[in-house]
Amino acid sequence: MANLLSQLSSMFEFGTLDSRTIALVFVVLVSLSILLFIGQILKRQPESNFDPAIVRTFNKRVSAWLTIFVILVVTLLFDETFFFTVVLFGLVSFWALREFITMTPTRRGDHRTLFWVFFVFTPMQYVLVGLDYYSLYTVVIPVYGSLFIAGRIAFADDHKRFLERIAKIQFGLLICVYALSHAPALLNLELSTWNPDLIGGAGWEKWDGKPAGLLFFFIVVVQVSDMLHFVWDRLFGNHVIAPTVNATKSWEGLIGAAMCTAVVGILIQLTMRVTPFTWYGSGLMALIISVMASSGSMTMSAIKRDRGVKDYGTLVQGHAGVLDRIDSVCFAAPIFFHVTRFFLEDRVSQAPVIQDVAAFLVSNAPGFTCIY
Amino acid sequence: MKKLAVPFLATLAKIVSGATVRWIDCEPDDCQRIYFANHTSHLDALILWSSLPKKIRTQTRPVAAVDYWHSGPVRRYLASAFNLLLIDRKKIKVHNSPIDMMIREIGTTESLIVFPEGGRNPTGELREFKSGLYHLAKKRPDLELVPVFIDNVNRVMPKGEFLPVPLLSCISIGSPMWLESGENKNQFLERARHAVLQLKET
Repeated sequence: MANLLSQLSSMFEFGTLDSRTIALVFVVLVSLSILLFIGQILKRQPESNFDPAIVRTFNKRVSAWLTIFVILVVTLLFDETFFFTVVLFGLVSFWALREFITMTPTRRGDHRTLFWVFFVFTPMQYVLVGLDYYSLYTVVIPVYGSLFIAGRIAFADDHKRFLERIAKIQFGLLICVYALSHAPALLNLELSTWNPDLIGGAGWEKWDGKPAGLLFFFIVVVQVSDMLHFVWDRLFGNHVIAPTVNATKSWEGLIGAAMCTAVVGILIQLTMRVTPFTWYGSGLMALIISVMASSGSMTMSAIKRDRGVKDYGTLVQGHAGVLDRIDSVCFAAPIFFHVTRFFLEDRVSQAPVIQDVAAFLVSNAPGFTCIY
Repeated sequence: MKKLAVPFLATLAKIVSGATVRWIDCEPDDCQRIYFANHTSHLDALILWSSLPKKIRTQTRPVAAVDYWHSGPVRRYLASAFNLLLIDRKKIKVHNSPIDMMIREIGTTESLIVFPEGGRNPTGELREFKSGLYHLAKKRPDLELVPVFIDNVNRVMPKGEFLPVPLLSCISIGSPMWLESGENKNQFLERARHAVLQLKET
């Protein structure tokens, strides 16, 4: 199966996307098209058992996902230096921050701080990611930015609800810009992969895949998790987690989605090998991504309920509501980035001394290794 | 030069303010209209003007104060580029009232954008309207008076700031109204003010 797929797709190899990733892209686009088709059929059947509101939400989401994937694939396709991908994520961050701050009440005294946040910190974060200054882009916003925001608001001579205002702006910047910027930062990683068949050494070798594939895997898994969460909630959701925050998200949805996403992660890795993870590593990563994505949606729901808006999209009519679609990506991105980096970044040179969880797991689980 | 600068600035204002335009019980029309709106920011007139369809905005002129727009070369240039109708707030006299001047200037083709609160309002609450709108309606009963509510532009660029923050704003344009027969000045102004406030709720 894996061979057939990669053989088929090797005929369609483009720029930054290797054949395995192209196979994944193909599978995703075909599945989304099928979902779109099903949604249209459901819409045309007035006598069906499905609630028309759910069908409408479903159709809206599927077309939003399709749009996201098409934009991402087109951007990644010939982007050798990843310049356009970083710019794309930067623009998404900018727009999400715009929605976030529009929804959050700020005072006159916050104006200049907001100017800095929008026009200095946001572009700077993406410039640093683009230049791959890891030691800077991990601290600029949480350390420098946070302190700057507090100081600048104090300088503006307005102490009313001071802590609350600082927290709002810091959180917006952290979620919409800092967290999301870890998705394109994946493209910078020099990753190793565990190869148990390697003679001598500790089994680490340089990963031969393309980082664009890892980014694509990440986005696919987040969206699959969102979709499964939606399905599980509708079909089996009995125990709502926090009814005042989100009336539909249930424990069944959270756990069911996490489990199913893990299975999807394993399947993607086994059939297409787009990531440097082992098959169980891929499953665990998908599990983490799913849990983080659900936490992201819940957090954004809580903020929205507090502000009394249903969707960021309806905040100002006619806008697409970018933040509604990327809240789960924002939460999952930094965790996925750091876990990947911690276990797999540049292992080859350090290989002889490595004694970590991943190596331990692999060397003690010979059953797992026969997969390859 | 102006041919390039005006569409450029209009587009820039649209991008910076992220303005959504809602026509509520009202359609864009090239008949003569007076758009009256709440006033909270310098950008109000520019954003409202640029959110009108192109055909209509070429014959729509914002009314503004000469003392502000003639201080400094940049403002002077902008005033002429956007074809502002400038009113001298200090020289208002009976024989040369700004209402007469407005009516003279618009002739039978142009429309106006006015801010009947008389100045920018930093608190964001809608103040009492000045009587100019009433006199306009009385002297030219054929003009359509269109209420407009401008939301969030005061956060994009508050009074006293010169750099904008790109938040999302919203322009709501309501259904036209006229001076009813037997309506006195205060009743009419209160009804006009209420029409703007109502757009905030919808």
